[in-house]
Amino acid sequence: MLRIVPRREPSRTMQILTPILAVVLTILAGLVLFALLGKDPFRAIYIIFFQPLTSTYALAELTVKATPLVLIGIGLAMGFRAGVWNIGGEGQFVMGALAGGSVALALHGSDGFWILPMMCVAGALGGMVWAAIPAFLRTRFNANEILTSLMLVYVAILLLSVLVHGPLRDPEGQNFPESRLFGDMMTLPVLIESTRAHVGFVVALIAIVVAWLFLQRHILGFQIKVQGQASQAARFAGYSEKRIIWLCLLTSGGLAGLAGTFEAAGPVGQLVPGLPVGYGFTAIIVAFLGRLHPFGVLLGGLVMALTYIGGEAAQIAMSLPSATTRVFQGMLLFFLLAMDLLVNERIRWVPRPKSERAMG
Amino acid sequence: MDLVVNILLGIIVAATPLVFAAIGELVVEKSGVLNLGVEGMMIVGAIAGFSVTLESGNYLIGIVSAILAGALMALLFGFLTQTLLANQVATGLALTMFGLGLAALWGQSYSGKTADKFPKLDIPLLSDLPVVGKLVFGQDYLVYLSVALVLAVSWFFRKTRGGLIIRAIGENHEAAHAIGYPVVFYRYLALLFGGGCAGLGGAYLSVVQTPFWAEDMTAGRGWIALALVVFAAWRPGRALLGAYLFGGITILQLHSQGFGVKIEAQYLSMLPYLATIMVLVMISSDRMKVKLNAPACLAQSFRAAT
Repeated sequence: MLRIVPRREPSRTMQILTPILAVVLTILAGLVLFALLGKDPFRAIYIIFFQPLTSTYALAELTVKATPLVLIGIGLAMGFRAGVWNIGGEGQFVMGALAGGSVALALHGSDGFWILPMMCVAGALGGMVWAAIPAFLRTRFNANEILTSLMLVYVAILLLSVLVHGPLRDPEGQNFPESRLFGDMMTLPVLIESTRAHVGFVVALIAIVVAWLFLQRHILGFQIKVQGQASQAARFAGYSEKRIIWLCLLTSGGLAGLAGTFEAAGPVGQLVPGLPVGYGFTAIIVAFLGRLHPFGVLLGGLVMALTYIGGEAAQIAMSLPSATTRVFQGMLLFFLLAMDLLVNERIRWVPRPKSERAMG
Repeated sequence: MDLVVNILLGIIVAATPLVFAAIGELVVEKSGVLNLGVEGMMIVGAIAGFSVTLESGNYLIGIVSAILAGALMALLFGFLTQTLLANQVATGLALTMFGLGLAALWGQSYSGKTADKFPKLDIPLLSDLPVVGKLVFGQDYLVYLSVALVLAVSWFFRKTRGGLIIRAIGENHEAAHAIGYPVVFYRYLALLFGGGCAGLGGAYLSVVQTPFWAEDMTAGRGWIALALVVFAAWRPGRALLGAYLFGGITILQLHSQGFGVKIEAQYLSMLPYLATIMVLVMISSDRMKVKLNAPACLAQSFRAAT
């Protein structure tokens, strides 16, 4: 009979191979799905996965979508490594956008190179404050952070909605629930002329390198890894679990908040109720796709960004619903999780023991 | 008086999908599994129920299809988390994303279509009584089913051997396995039940509550159901009460302006989430209370020692 036998150490080859395999399997499953739906499967897959790589504009859009995914993904991956399950990145993203955006709106009409950095700081703080709630509730009251951070997502989205309908609404607008447009000094500089690619992507790249150095070289990075792999060993070594919980939640909250400010000050350019489009949740896939490694998160973020852009293109070209993207994202994560088995376990043929044979 | 009756009727209709989804997830969590995919299973149940009802013209076939669709989604979750030992949190989120996408694809051609009204219980004389007639004897059949289901689950956990085994598995799967109970098998059963209930809750939305199909029509109710299980401290009776409380909040939003109360609807919508956090904090802070309520093995993978 086939038996699942744990490996002593996760297989490195499989760690790198399985995300690629997962993408390939997702594409194959997509072919079947589109054939079942009666759409030309090869055309659909080409439009979703390959066409976006052929034009400068689409490549620029790829960085626009990848920026929030990567920024949030880095923080989440760090937490997941330590066994801190912050799944409220979406809420921290919203609070970051709200904090950064409020600074921009409060300073409406003023000029200065300092405004944008101030917005970014406010945004990161906004996300940190929101992530501090689950951190406090977990360390002080032992409340499960999966549930608290998730609940706070909806509170944040509702808060954004109520503020944009009320105090933050554009006073010169026609009662639409949206804020003023941010001024020139309050929007992110664009990297490539006539595209939306902005400096946020550069920040995301820097964040990846910093995160990598932190995990490799800093003692706290080491403690995070020990905490996740062997929490008992971490306790014996005297590492403070509470400190790691706070560190992971504040870092991921801050990065998600920064991503929120970038989104508001970049491609969107104002505060609207529809600002959160699920990047915070998709970033969870990104973290897993990237094997919880900073460089992996970058690749994972780019792949997931591709499914967004490809999904939009397929919507226009083949009138597929926008939800197609979510089907692909879900499938990708399924395949990836299923193949985790190959990383951590070995599948072996074991002869059936005699006692079991006798029993049936 | 009519206003009060109407409000109460509204609350029942708003609460029933939550009752179904929450009681299913409660059984799942009691067995030690955390399935965050309730929203995905609900929406697939909603489109399955709606499309099959519309095509077949038969409510029963439609409702049964919704239950099967939800259970199939749960089976996928079970295969990944129980057989392939995948992480439950991530798999649940993937299930929600996949379900929302799948339902939208499936429902593309049904968008905006409407179905006939679902039949209600109508007992001559009794259903015509003032106040209680409509409230007690004039509901649609699924409302009675939802209450019966909660009572059945409560009885199942307190009085039956099967219920005891599921609770044991949720508390300590190693010990349950050592005694000889097939942990993974029972968890599959619990998951299938939970998926079926979520599918039924979704179908209640699309077939009974507002008989039409719209993308994302579950609108976060799956997450509320998840919150509800925690809010109820994993007790069936409290889950029922909680569902009516949360349902009441939704209706309050509709009527608050009528009563001349000036409060933004969004603040009221936040209440279920905030209340859940409060309850979670209250039951978690005391280690004794955690032991009494939360299944100890929640969200942990089980691997039989070899």
